Amino acid sequence: MASRTPARPRSPHLFSGFLKLHYSWGPHMLVSILHRATGSGMATVGTVLLVWWLAAIASGAEAYATFQDVFTTDAGNLNIVGWVVFVGITYAFFTHMLNGIRHLVMDAGAAFELKRNKMFSLIVIAGGFVLTAAFWLYLGMK
Amino acid sequence: MGSGTHIGRVRGLGSAKEGAHHWWRQRVTAGSNLFLTLWFVFAILRMPGYDYASVHTWLQNGWAAVPMLLLVVSVFYHFRLGLQVVIEDYQHEQKRVAAILLLNFFTVATAATAIFAILKVAFGAAA
Repeated sequence: MASRTPARPRSPHLFSGFLKLHYSWGPHMLVSILHRATGSGMATVGTVLLVWWLAAIASGAEAYATFQDVFTTDAGNLNIVGWVVFVGITYAFFTHMLNGIRHLVMDAGAAFELKRNKMFSLIVIAGGFVLTAAFWLYLGMK
Repeated sequence: MGSGTHIGRVRGLGSAKEGAHHWWRQRVTAGSNLFLTLWFVFAILRMPGYDYASVHTWLQNGWAAVPMLLLVVSVFYHFRLGLQVVIEDYQHEQKRVAAILLLNFFTVATAATAIFAILKVAFGAAA
């Protein structure tokens, strides 16, 4: 039977109960929860969008126009709904993809050193924004 | 159990003999997703337009329809495994069973719709 107060590291919590706080948020914690949030978002909202888009193409011009009307203005640009949904989905995709690559590297047993792990986490956070911006800038300039 | 070495105690408890499967398939689909979704991103960027005629012509081509089918299978498998872990973390007992069932129905229904749509366009007449 293990002792009640084991001599091993405890969760990084300040206070307990209602006031429980992580005393020090690190980038690795942020990308961890971001991975779950972006993955869950794409699995639900992204799936519905993709299936709707494919079904609209299969159904014909009228159904496709309905799909387009929800997300674009009459001039063909994204409206506010389109911006929130599509920029959100692309941000989720690029962040999840980069962190997924980070996870595959860590599955191979690499990049667990504190400094390197922190650096990769920061690259994931920054890279998600950079790739999202690059994607929409390219589309905008096309 | 309980009186031997640590490794002996672990062996005594045994395993479900299938835990690695979920983990491994999540990684395999992560790898295939990386290729297929990157193809999709570049395909979208390179499309001549986003009107009905452009996307319909694009999806009619086998070079788009086949990777699209593979993408649906790989991505939907991957998100099914991922959402299962999320459900297992936050839901318990009966609610967990109900949520997993719902997840299976959602995955199969959306995947079937997507695959049917792709095939309909690919095998259908030009718009």
